[in-house]
Amino acid sequence: MRYAAKIALRHLLATPGQTILLMLGVAVGVSVFVFMSALIGGLATLLTQRTVGSIPHITVEMADRDPALMLPDSGAQVVVQKDLSRRAQITVWEPAVALAEATPGVTAVSPQIRGSAFVQRGQAIAPVGVIGVQPDKLSAIADIGGAMVSGSSALAPDSVLIGQTLAEDLGLRTGQVIVVRSDRGRERSFRIGGIFALGIASADRQALYMNFRTARALFDLPSGISRIEIKVAPPEDAPEIAARLGAATALKTTAWTEDNAQLFEALDAQGRTGSIIKVFALITIVIGIASAMLLSIVRRRAEIGIMRAMGASQRLVVGIFVIEGTLIGAIGAIAGATLAWLALIPFPPLDEVSGGGLPVDRAQGDYFLAIFLTTLAAVAASLLSARRATKIDPVEAIGA
Amino acid sequence: MSEEPLVSVTGLTKVFGEGEGAATVLHDIDMTLSRGEMVALLGPSGSGKSTLLTILGTLLRQTGGEHRMLGEDLSEASDAERTRFRNHNIGFVFQFHHLLPDLTAVENVMMPAASSAGRETAAMRSRAAELLDAVGLSDRREYRPAALSGGQRQRVAVARALMNEPPLVLADEPTGNLDRESADQVMALLEQINHDTGTCFLISTHDEQIAAHCPRHIALLDGRIVSGG
Repeated sequence: MRYAAKIALRHLLATPGQTILLMLGVAVGVSVFVFMSALIGGLATLLTQRTVGSIPHITVEMADRDPALMLPDSGAQVVVQKDLSRRAQITVWEPAVALAEATPGVTAVSPQIRGSAFVQRGQAIAPVGVIGVQPDKLSAIADIGGAMVSGSSALAPDSVLIGQTLAEDLGLRTGQVIVVRSDRGRERSFRIGGIFALGIASADRQALYMNFRTARALFDLPSGISRIEIKVAPPEDAPEIAARLGAATALKTTAWTEDNAQLFEALDAQGRTGSIIKVFALITIVIGIASAMLLSIVRRRAEIGIMRAMGASQRLVVGIFVIEGTLIGAIGAIAGATLAWLALIPFPPLDEVSGGGLPVDRAQGDYFLAIFLTTLAAVAASLLSARRATKIDPVEAIGA
Repeated sequence: MSEEPLVSVTGLTKVFGEGEGAATVLHDIDMTLSRGEMVALLGPSGSGKSTLLTILGTLLRQTGGEHRMLGEDLSEASDAERTRFRNHNIGFVFQFHHLLPDLTAVENVMMPAASSAGRETAAMRSRAAELLDAVGLSDRREYRPAALSGGQRQRVAVARALMNEPPLVLADEPTGNLDRESADQVMALLEQINHDTGTCFLISTHDEQIAAHCPRHIALLDGRIVSGG
């Protein structure tokens, strides 16, 4: 094959302009491949980050008891009357929290007391969802601390944090006093310690954060808690970790993926669209290289004929054109991947992408995959074309 | 006991096409070539000289008859076997030099050996250099064909034909594209090689002056040997 490689190189160097143009064509195709990979990957990461950034990845709650299971094969008909007088709570929650914290992949654990309430300021009343959290875990799930627009994120026993939309609706400001009336009929006055803006409409309009201990009193939960919220890394591992925690604690665990199936469908569709574009880029490369090789074979018909007449094997002739096409593909692919890598440098990191900006993730450019697939495609295209060279009749080609 | 001929063909025919459009180009050719011979194949254009040469060179298969060389029946050999046989045992010189334009003179000469070995070796380069010296082109080894004159290119083609030391060289109008002076130089070169190496040359030509360099003549007319077979 060394001789085939030498002849192939001579062919490429004989017409440098044409060779560079061919490699440039491949490079453009590979750049499209890399750019699409970086864009589709970046978009998926951004959407996932923004979706899961402020929500728990796993929610742990008390499992519903199924009376039917308590009477196996009894033939009895079970009628369930849900006990609305008692709040569902996790009574023995500390071991579950400890277990979650010790689980690999878990990055934050926040035991919470949750309930419905009304906020009243003068004549204005608004429904809210109260979230009682341990002060040091205020930002464990949603970054409340980083989203403060006024006041402090410190959760004193007599202060609460409310969303910006709620504050605007009720005309509230930091430092003012509001009355919170829980669905347990308990009522208490709080000072507005701070106002946050998470950018999530439901949270900014209805969430009210208060101290864990204060919430206990407000919702009649002297020892139990409503739920445990957990963050994991990476978020895609949530279903697996949720299943393990559920099995270990006998509590009901729900991964974020269960409530966001539509997002996954959208990401899947987006990924498929990207794959189709990438496949078309590869097909274009294959057609380009095959055409170039066929043209080269036609142009060098007499040379192939003379080599065959001098006893060159079909294998050598195929080898020459396969090496020629592979070099065009491989060098073009490396150049394209490098150019794409350089062209993606000016794009800001995903964290800094703002409205209208393209969420391109340079790390997801699939550079080596693009080079590998393009080289493979070049080998295939050259092989297909080179078969034509083996059919050249030396007598006709040299006009002997 | 007489020595086995280098080449022998018996009852060789070649028909192009089929049915009503079929054209018989060679009729019942019987001939032999011996080692060390220098033979002129004479005949006007269309007499079948080139077709006979391409069949003897295993580039084309005959329609009928037997073709043997070095004792091997080449009629029955596969394409790959014929290619290998051609590479080792037959050299070609064409009317147009047919050198590879992207290779230098010395690389062109090495080509028949390098293409069968899959690589160029120092021994090949040395042999090619010797051959170029022998054809008077020692100072043109690294020149590409485009930088050589017509006569020089044809001399490179002669050197290439001799690279694998074949016992037979087939030359199809080797001087047809050269002026008289260059033609005489090339023929003198072939005579010298024939004398020095014992290589058998079969030279097709319609030029009596060129044929005069060869002791034996075979004349073809309308696809039939009319003398010298």
